[in-house]
Amino acid sequence: MVPQDLRYTKEHEWVRIEGDMATVGITDYAAEQLGDVVFVELPELGRSVTQFAPIGVIESVKAVSDLFAPLNGEIVEANAELSNAPELLNSDPYKTGWMLRIRIADAKQLDDLLDAAAYEALTAEP
Amino acid sequence: MAQTHDAPLATPLADRHAALGARVVEFAGWLMPLQYAGILEEHRAVRARAGLFDLTHMGELSVEGPEAAAGLAYALTTNPARLAVGRAQYSMICFPDGGIMDDLIVYRLGEERFLIVANASNSGAVSDALAERLANFKVVLDDRSLATALVAIQGPESAAILAPLTDVALDGLRYYAIAEGHVAGVAALVARTGYTGEDGFEVMVDVASAGVVWDALMAAGKVRGAVPVGLGARDTLRLEAGMPLYGNELGPDTTPFEAGLGRVVDLAKEGDFVGRAALEKAAADGPRRKLVGLAVRGRGIARHGYDVYSGDRRIGIITSGTLSPTLGEPIAMAYVAPSEAVPGTIVNVGIRDQRVPAEVVPLPFYKRTP
Repeated sequence: MVPQDLRYTKEHEWVRIEGDMATVGITDYAAEQLGDVVFVELPELGRSVTQFAPIGVIESVKAVSDLFAPLNGEIVEANAELSNAPELLNSDPYKTGWMLRIRIADAKQLDDLLDAAAYEALTAEP
Repeated sequence: MAQTHDAPLATPLADRHAALGARVVEFAGWLMPLQYAGILEEHRAVRARAGLFDLTHMGELSVEGPEAAAGLAYALTTNPARLAVGRAQYSMICFPDGGIMDDLIVYRLGEERFLIVANASNSGAVSDALAERLANFKVVLDDRSLATALVAIQGPESAAILAPLTDVALDGLRYYAIAEGHVAGVAALVARTGYTGEDGFEVMVDVASAGVVWDALMAAGKVRGAVPVGLGARDTLRLEAGMPLYGNELGPDTTPFEAGLGRVVDLAKEGDFVGRAALEKAAADGPRRKLVGLAVRGRGIARHGYDVYSGDRRIGIITSGTLSPTLGEPIAMAYVAPSEAVPGTIVNVGIRDQRVPAEVVPLPFYKRTP
């Protein structure tokens, strides 16, 4: 079960909407697929990002994977803990393993995100 | 010949891996466990205690007969005739042009009996090449890859875990030695070899007995903190130990000299061997590139295929890279121009849009304390 109050992307980011702020991380499913995360590269504060464009990098022992912006907006905060403790993405992906806060530029884009049921269907075993 | 099958092969331990929650991947034509609890945890368990590996995908080739030693001296770069019975040597099989077909371990089981362990991805090609190269020698070549299971126990607790299960005297079994005996009551070959940089053993049994041996080692290992280990941690362990991987550091476009493994090319042995002329020339000319270790002094992992620069000049390519679980730092191996291969040299690795500095360091990155 994924958290029911979040929205999701097909690229396995989760998004928590609070007013005009979106908190972003990667899902438990994504963390599991990547394996042990050892590096996270996040965009600089103030940068404008475009929905579904790559804005960061997640490196696990085995693989390197892009982080995509779930929405248009401006990066207002990044989780500084992740530079010392990237493993939070594996151990606590929905809470202390959050990655970014984005000030939402276009609320209509929320319609392009999946709800919990749709995301669960996407990641269900075939 | 595993890689020529259409459907991937399953190891006899596949059900056990599934029950242990392994993530399974296709590798060299086999469905193999990539990881169980996670690469870092498995890696650390092997360094601190022990890990159990299913390596059934590896190729096992038996060469027997009155001319087995002479035939292998012709087919391979080393001279197995110099090997004492019960001992092993690291070896290579090269193409006539000196490029590497595979790296191998050759075990001498008797005066006229040898066992060769080849990489899974190459075992078919090695088997075919040996059949051709040994055709004029009085030997029998038998590809036992599909009939043989290989289970490895690696790590400082390995001997304590294996000893109660075997009639092989492990105290007398030196590094790179092999003995015939039993493990968990099953006829087995027990070798003190491995691919992790730790003390450990490789146990070869008939596929039908793999489950018995695996279960016994799991049970005996549990009280000593041993865990099952997948191919993911096998790769990080061998990389820390500076051991080459075929397809990364070794391949048909690489000579043993470039890989820093000239010691496995016995140019002094009598008679011709496949690749001799090309390898003599390569030895005389000196390598055009050298395999080095890199300690990456920045963020990001230098991965296979990334370019290496000196200033703006491209001087090499990364062959393997990871975050070293033991050192906590990114490490890599790379082929670079000989002029840049001196330890202490600073180079740059192209990691996405950045040039990340890295220092050439001696291999291995990790050496166990004896």
